[in-house]
Amino acid sequence: MRIMRSALTVAAGRAARRLARLRGKGRGGSAFPGLVVERIDAGFLARTLEQLPLGVVVVSGTNGKTTTTKILVELLRSQGLRVFTNPTGSNFVRGVAASLLTEVDARGRLDADIAVLELDEAHAVHFVRQVRPRASLLLNVMRDQLDRFGEIDHTANLLHSVATATTELVVLNADDPRLAAPRFTADLTARVEGFGIGERLRRVFLSDDDLRRAEQEGPAMTEDAGLGTEQPEDAESAGTRLEAIDGRRASLRVGGAEHEVEFALPGVHNMLNATGALALASSLLGERADLDSLLHALSQVRAAFGRGEMLEVEGRALELALVKNPAGFRMSLLSADTAPAETMIAINDDYADGRDMSWLWDVDFSALRASGVHVVSGVRAFDMALRLRYDEVIVDGVETDLGAALGSLIAASRESGRPMRIFCTYTAMLAVRAQLSRITDVEVVL
Amino acid sequence: MTEQPAPAPDLTPVPTPALRPARADAPPLRILQLYPSEMNIYGDWGNTLTLMRRAQWSGFEVELLAHEVGDELPEQVDLVVAGGGQDSGQVRIAADLLAHGGAIRDWAEQDVPMLAVCGSYQLFGHVFVPATGDTADEPLTGISLLDVETRGSSKRLIGNLTIETERFGPVVGYENHSGLTTLGEGCVHLGTVRPFGPDDSRAAGNNGNDGSEGAVHREVIGTYLHGSVLPKNPAMADRLLAAAVRHRVGEDAYTAPDLEGIVTQRARDIAMSRPR
Repeated sequence: MRIMRSALTVAAGRAARRLARLRGKGRGGSAFPGLVVERIDAGFLARTLEQLPLGVVVVSGTNGKTTTTKILVELLRSQGLRVFTNPTGSNFVRGVAASLLTEVDARGRLDADIAVLELDEAHAVHFVRQVRPRASLLLNVMRDQLDRFGEIDHTANLLHSVATATTELVVLNADDPRLAAPRFTADLTARVEGFGIGERLRRVFLSDDDLRRAEQEGPAMTEDAGLGTEQPEDAESAGTRLEAIDGRRASLRVGGAEHEVEFALPGVHNMLNATGALALASSLLGERADLDSLLHALSQVRAAFGRGEMLEVEGRALELALVKNPAGFRMSLLSADTAPAETMIAINDDYADGRDMSWLWDVDFSALRASGVHVVSGVRAFDMALRLRYDEVIVDGVETDLGAALGSLIAASRESGRPMRIFCTYTAMLAVRAQLSRITDVEVVL
Repeated sequence: MTEQPAPAPDLTPVPTPALRPARADAPPLRILQLYPSEMNIYGDWGNTLTLMRRAQWSGFEVELLAHEVGDELPEQVDLVVAGGGQDSGQVRIAADLLAHGGAIRDWAEQDVPMLAVCGSYQLFGHVFVPATGDTADEPLTGISLLDVETRGSSKRLIGNLTIETERFGPVVGYENHSGLTTLGEGCVHLGTVRPFGPDDSRAAGNNGNDGSEGAVHREVIGTYLHGSVLPKNPAMADRLLAAAVRHRVGEDAYTAPDLEGIVTQRARDIAMSRPR
């Protein structure tokens, strides 16, 4: 009966997908087939994922979900596992159902050992009501999309629901004041492990709560990044730690020993994401894990779509950095190459970007004073220009049209010979990528 | 397959501010931030930064002070900024704020200008009565500087918002709150909510019922608008600064920096045209 039921659902879902593609000019369209599946067979998701011998891993948090999921998938694959994952951008429950449709056979069977799913915080709660994850990896709780979620504490509550539903292992960021709080971990039934940063890196990583304090009181106060009294002794609880960074080289402490990894992935925040993924993979697999091959896989992972991607235009480098909240933007500014670059910032305010521009005022842009900004663009380009003015960063000009701004950036780079970097919000990134694909070789996703 | 990129367009220039000569004669303006670590959730730093920079561009030095829970209040200040916070932050600061309420009210009566946004606006009133199920389960007593009171509701009022004000003309910002604030006789509203699109019931302001937004008493402004509110509404920033300078040097000596031009105007116009 179960197979019969799934077979019908798969057939109907795939028909819905064909229909969506016919009507939708071949773009996106994971929501509609997902909706059809949800309506006709509410148990499809749970029934399909429950077949997996090693269960389901959920990755959630404000920043770094996509890249961390990609890293974790690569780590598990390096251990010989067949991994099912949801593609970029479909981190809603319906998106997962839709991506299952493309992977299962006609009888609804999934050819995989384990699933690693990136889930948006709010949808993760819906998901765990249907499928209890074996493990979850909780990255951080930062201010993001407050126009959607209301408050940061609310977001922490969403992740708490995920943690309580998790059956075996919760790996969380031991430096995040909300995730590491005793009230977050007290009632969890799963084993809890931490990942985080070592003492030497405390100055680099600041939580949202510390950002303002650090800016106002100067760097001395960030020395111990006072995460408050609720922070656990990280030497004990952060089992896997990022200890040192030198360019793309990082030192990771795993199981009491330090290991060097040369990352292909740009960005210090991604090194911390990698630390979390490594913590989960090694703990979940236990004795099955081979540390050397995990570390090798870590060094090979490349950036996910639009997350610190390195592209090339006219033979010069172009770095594309997705920014969506203050902490993420700050990290991107930190890891932006210190060499002078022609810089563009593109800010849209569609639903997926966040409608409220307040977050731009929680980022310190003074790091851009030295090189200046060539052009600001996007729907809210003038907001960004105003923001930069108040941090006394010189801006060559404003061009709300993204294509025209990109043309101007490339021309400026041609003139100066400098590389280019673009900081952009989500929908601005999609538009910039589409423009770039006309002039350079860009991997097409979605 | 590759196309030539479009020729470089003419960018709209972003002029840098024309600085006014330093006022060597004037002592620094003392700007006090109330609880910047607890109450800073919606770009509240943007308001402080705007005040600080505009003062500097106008030739005044600024001394930036911060008051956190447990600190002594400074004896003398010229401007107070207080931001929005989460419910939990509000609970953590409420008792401390109340303990200093007398001093802050005295400043207000001496025409020290103040900007209180969202959570601080609520606590500048008489009381915040949380809705059932909120983080705070008991009413938070405010400092009664503004004759307003706030009741929590189960619905969050979120979105772009433009208000019409007598003092500053149209003021644009973004609201995100669940408290509903009503004004008493002792203060006036900052402005009236501009109907939003075809469905004018959606923009809320103080409470979503009477069409008012914010509250004003002497030089004190309480408002739900962030965004941050001051950068795109420089008239409001300049009024606060003019009062601060008057408080500091005893005369009207503030001249706004000459820099608005097209950048501020376009940022305002676009913000006013965006969906809720």
